[in-house]
Amino acid sequence: MLRFLLNRIGLLIPTFIGVSIIAFSFIRLLPGDPILLLAGERGMTDERYQAEVVKYGFDKPIWQQYLNYLGDLLQGDFGTSFVTKKPVLTEFLTLFPATLELSLVAIVLAVVLGVPAGIFAAVKRGSFFDQSIMSTALVGYSMPIFWWGLLLIIFFSGILQWTPVSGRISLLYFFPPVTGFMLVDSLLSGQKGAFASAVSHLILPAIVLATIPLAVIARQTRSAMLEVLGEDYVRTARAKGLPPRRVVGLHALRNALIPVITVIGLSVGTLLAGAILTETIFSWPGIGKWMVDSIFRRDYEVIQGGLMLIAGIVMIVNLIVDLLYGLINPRIRHQ
Amino acid sequence: MALLSIRNLSVTFETATGPLKAVDGMDLAVDPGDIVAIVGESGSGKSVAMLAVMGLLPDTATVTADEMSFAGRDLATLSVQARRQVIGKDIAMIFQEPVASLNPCFTVGFQIGEALKTHLGLGRADRQRRSIELLQEVGIPEPEKRLSAFPHQLSGGMSQRVMIAMAISCQPQLLIADEPSTALDVTIQAQILDLLVKLQRDTGMALVLITHDMGVVAETAQRVVVQYAGQQVERQPVGGLFDHPHHPYTAALLDALPDRASGDRLPAIPGVVPGQSDRPDGCLFNPRCKFADETCRTVAPPRQSAELGEALCHYPLNHREAAA
Repeated sequence: MLRFLLNRIGLLIPTFIGVSIIAFSFIRLLPGDPILLLAGERGMTDERYQAEVVKYGFDKPIWQQYLNYLGDLLQGDFGTSFVTKKPVLTEFLTLFPATLELSLVAIVLAVVLGVPAGIFAAVKRGSFFDQSIMSTALVGYSMPIFWWGLLLIIFFSGILQWTPVSGRISLLYFFPPVTGFMLVDSLLSGQKGAFASAVSHLILPAIVLATIPLAVIARQTRSAMLEVLGEDYVRTARAKGLPPRRVVGLHALRNALIPVITVIGLSVGTLLAGAILTETIFSWPGIGKWMVDSIFRRDYEVIQGGLMLIAGIVMIVNLIVDLLYGLINPRIRHQ
Repeated sequence: MALLSIRNLSVTFETATGPLKAVDGMDLAVDPGDIVAIVGESGSGKSVAMLAVMGLLPDTATVTADEMSFAGRDLATLSVQARRQVIGKDIAMIFQEPVASLNPCFTVGFQIGEALKTHLGLGRADRQRRSIELLQEVGIPEPEKRLSAFPHQLSGGMSQRVMIAMAISCQPQLLIADEPSTALDVTIQAQILDLLVKLQRDTGMALVLITHDMGVVAETAQRVVVQYAGQQVERQPVGGLFDHPHHPYTAALLDALPDRASGDRLPAIPGVVPGQSDRPDGCLFNPRCKFADETCRTVAPPRQSAELGEALCHYPLNHREAAA
């Protein structure tokens, strides 16, 4: 198990370097001069411009800029925003809980609905239930997120007026962040109606963000279950006289979950990427919106540092998924 | 009274190309303590018939029988719940592929303990103790250690021993072994068969052995049922069957045994078992039978008397020996 773990961690090093190269070069490929954008409409003198270029190290050769950046990264320095002059890491840590809360609720929604839907579809294969679930999943998978989000806003916020259009909580409530999770903090604050307000703000973006992972998880669970239900050991379980609940829910599901866990892990990456669109539509103050804003401002350091942090989190999640995989699949654990 | 009594069992599968009759009018009576072998080629309906008894066939199968009873209880009319209390407890089954038949995600101890918990309601400590006993009984060394092993850590022979331990855990009255040694190495095959016979002798349970290996039949069974294309073509005690086979198919199977063959080349039965689309008229074996004539090709054969091995044949062999 320890060797398995070290092996997986070792694989992270080349991934880390690859991501850092992409994060570094990607933003530099975009047209637009960050210092000119910083100056705004008033512009700046040539001397001032040159001073800024030297200050940010843009006068050095590109490879040296990269090595400086990599060196800073290794010391835990993710840079400082050109615009706000705050460390990228600090900004990230302030905004990340919002994204994490949204993503967690979305992935829980996707797993809690997707796995049972997939199981039932597989057990009742070919039934009306199976066909309706699978066609709904296909629609969900094919839906453009921004369109789906706007549709929900028009219906639930516009016509029915059930939910607010944007933000994390109504402006009527104010309390200091404790955990950064609005659902938890609103409960801790003890203010009446705060939790309900947080939920009503969260529900639509969570549904939008959960849609694609939900569809993927439901389809993957169904196909994995179908494969597993035909296996000999499922017949053995039935031959023991076990009730169908146990045969399907334990003997079959445990094996079917192996590929499903992989898909859930990959979905976490998709969620963080999908959060960019969702957060923009719902003005959700998370890292997705922060990244988009930074790209418009050509805030190199934020984009580089932010991408690295997001990639780091995706890598950690994948590592956890790999470990879970070993836990659930004894054949991997003993390799 | 017979422990397991089956009369006129038929199983039909709904397939895309029409109904497929996998078992066609099977009769079987197994007394307590009996060892019955069902012999036949692949596709002759041996396993399907026993899966029908266990109630393990998929929904696409239609099972009909004049009688299908176990220990006086009618399996066909039993509710699904009531049947589950019989399956795995009083009737147990082991399968051809032991490695694939064990769940890769659970330990040996968990899988053995499951039946003990479901049917006997044993607590954790009792299950552990009984599982160790069972592993000892089936000849697994260091049973305490093996309880926490996963199936992929076991060899094929070990896996089949674990399957047997699972099957006998609730002391069944009937054990159905579906080609228990086919997937194993030759040396292991004999060990597994010896183990089954020994357990049968020690516990007095009845054993139905499904096989295509006449050698296995000779070593283990008391009575033999020969199955061809879903039909039983001959039923005899093992001694009589080997000395005086009455159905030409049985005779041809015996001739193909290396020990009994004479000459340079091993005799083979030409052709294959007819499938869904090429079922012949008359006797199903007629295209491959060297004795077949016009009657065999047009008229379905009658069931002969017990002296003639209840052969399903117009012209049973060895009728002089049978009369003597």
